Amino acid sequence: MSSGVAVDLQDMWIKFGDFVAVRDANVHINGGDFFSFLGGSGCGKTTILRAVSGFLEPADGKILIGGNDMKGKGPNERPTALIFQNLALFPLMKVWENITFSMEVRGASAGERRKRADELLDMIALSDQGDKLPSELSGGQKQRVAIARALCAEPDVLLLDEPLSALDLGLRHHMRTELREIQKRVGITFIYITHDQGEALTMSDNVAVMRTAVIDQIGSGKSVYDDPSTSFVASFVGMNNMFRGKVKSISKGQALVETNRTGNLLARITTGATGKLAVGDDAMVFIRPEGLHIAEKSAKSNTRIKANVRHSEFEGTSYNVFLEGDAGKEMKMSLVNRGEARLYEPGAELTLQFDATQAVVVPAGELASE
Amino acid sequence: MLTNYFKTNGMVMGWGLLLLVFFWIVILIILPQIYMFNLSFHPHLPPPEMGGPKDFLTLENYRYLVFGADGNPDGYNKVDLLVFIRTLTAAAFVTILDLFLCYPIAYYLGQSTGGGFVRILVLLLIIPYWINEILRAFAFKIIFGDSGVINEFLMFFSVIDSPIDFIRANVALYAGLGYAYILLMIFPMYNVIESLDRNQIEAARDMGAPWWMIHKRIVIPYAKPGISSGCTMVFMLSAGALAAPQILGGPSSLWFTQLVYQWFNTGGNWPQASAYAIILLLACLVIVLSVMKLFKVNMGDIGK
Ligand SMILES: Nc1ncnc2c1ncn2[C@@H]1O[C@H](COP(=O)(O)OP(=O)(O)O)[C@@H](O)[C@H]1O
Ligand SMILES: [Mg+2]
Repeated sequence: MSSGVAVDLQDMWIKFGDFVAVRDANVHINGGDFFSFLGGSGCGKTTILRAVSGFLEPADGKILIGGNDMKGKGPNERPTALIFQNLALFPLMKVWENITFSMEVRGASAGERRKRADELLDMIALSDQGDKLPSELSGGQKQRVAIARALCAEPDVLLLDEPLSALDLGLRHHMRTELREIQKRVGITFIYITHDQGEALTMSDNVAVMRTAVIDQIGSGKSVYDDPSTSFVASFVGMNNMFRGKVKSISKGQALVETNRTGNLLARITTGATGKLAVGDDAMVFIRPEGLHIAEKSAKSNTRIKANVRHSEFEGTSYNVFLEGDAGKEMKMSLVNRGEARLYEPGAELTLQFDATQAVVVPAGELASE
Repeated sequence: MLTNYFKTNGMVMGWGLLLLVFFWIVILIILPQIYMFNLSFHPHLPPPEMGGPKDFLTLENYRYLVFGADGNPDGYNKVDLLVFIRTLTAAAFVTILDLFLCYPIAYYLGQSTGGGFVRILVLLLIIPYWINEILRAFAFKIIFGDSGVINEFLMFFSVIDSPIDFIRANVALYAGLGYAYILLMIFPMYNVIESLDRNQIEAARDMGAPWWMIHKRIVIPYAKPGISSGCTMVFMLSAGALAAPQILGGPSSLWFTQLVYQWFNTGGNWPQASAYAIILLLACLVIVLSVMKLFKVNMGDIGK
């Protein structure tokens, strides 16, 4: 699968006047990868994509596509095709003309274009819709037309700017699968931008998690979820219970943290945080809701938490228990539904436990705002 | 629609507005036109005899433009017909000139992200219109005159030896008319182009389209309603202009409106003047409608 064209950002800075939109980005994207940039709104995702496609020049650093420096090359000279956040279909051209616009630019005859359009329309399952105007299509159909239009240019790298954000939930889930399938079929590199972690985790080979203007972590969806480098990533990707405190001792890749409200907790120091924690440092421990269980007798005291049930939420395959620990510390526990006779009643007093290898500790830092 | 209209404006205000529009359209536009239209089919009579026994319906006033007075040795009214055709071609020329001049400006204004510079530019375009039409026309006469700024400049740098007669060559007239209606061309186009999604232009660029192709395939088709409404206004108004041709026109080039004016004023022949005015109006309408048909523009688009 390494047939595709790799993309590299090296020490890249992007500025608008004095405003730094992207700070020192270093990313290697394997050829043929489905790579996502995941981050909140306004963190600089679109800006990165526009720089890769050639609409913006970085203030500093390099962009390499297939090993070639793209400096000074315009959007038309790069082997990229960009799908805009609002799709930007041409409203006055028929669907088939939209799709083959890049061929029209190259001077292909109408017959050739029509033939290619029909092939692409087949691929996106819109066979008989070529003579419609974009305004006559549904949201999901427009989406697919935009993809076909970009693919028609035969780019080495397809850039997608939150292409699913305008669709309703059901369609969004369906299009995730479809996009991933299209990517596998054409085998080119996809760079995908989203603020939706579900999209990033399900579709991507690798994900870059962005905080405002900076990239905090790059890795597979699983490593970003299970092994976050920073407190931002831990709080942004997926739901997490966070406990603030100070490092009391460190041994064998684990740290004992004296938390402010929940006593001493033992947790694994993540790969990205290794070497960045010392005894006495401010730290944050993160435990996933699914990492909390009802304690067994053998549980050690530093992997145990006492809490009262506030309420429960039944979700079918699982149920969530919302808890209140010492000094009002709020927590959430997620349990697989095994057909228990009853859920935990509000007010019930529970002792929870967690596996120290599933709890992670990183230096205290910025959190993703809800 | 009407209920909504009354809801937003209130009963009193709503009826007031409707009455004003009605007054404007019927009393100020339709009635005088009907009067003129009717007049154009009557012979030229002193007022007391109008409607009297000597009055009758006739096409004579219209016939006159084509064949001239009875016993005309040429057979055709060559002088007036020539003026008529020249006026229409010149108006078309002015329209095209304005179109080419204004499209880039409108595009620039419409696609720029705003900011102080653009506002100053718009202001610079508007301010000259605070000065009245006659003064502007005379200003052009001065600029283009024998010892005007342009001739002086060219002679100073020895580009030419003797002044060029811009007035006789109608350069001053075209420039004056073109300038007079620039805003009417820019603003409708600007309005439409402003609403064009910049991403469409970028998408086309991304797919390798050169600038002229982006205009041909994306901007111009999108701006068509604005372009046609601008062209319609400029064409109608230049063909119907009076002051600028009067002041800037060369001695040998009459504008058709000047003929109308002569019939009304000097000649005192209102029926004949009415016939000429109506012919001009109809000719303009026919031209505009056929050009719209040719470029597949709908009437509804013009109001955009
Ligand atoms: N052309 C521009 N001029 C100035 N600031 C800009 C421009 N484009 C984007 N920005 C700023 O850069 C930051 C990142 O924007 P963007 O990349 O669009 O974010 P997102 O991650 O939501 O796609 C934002 O603060 C935005 O206001
Ligand atoms: Mg964006």
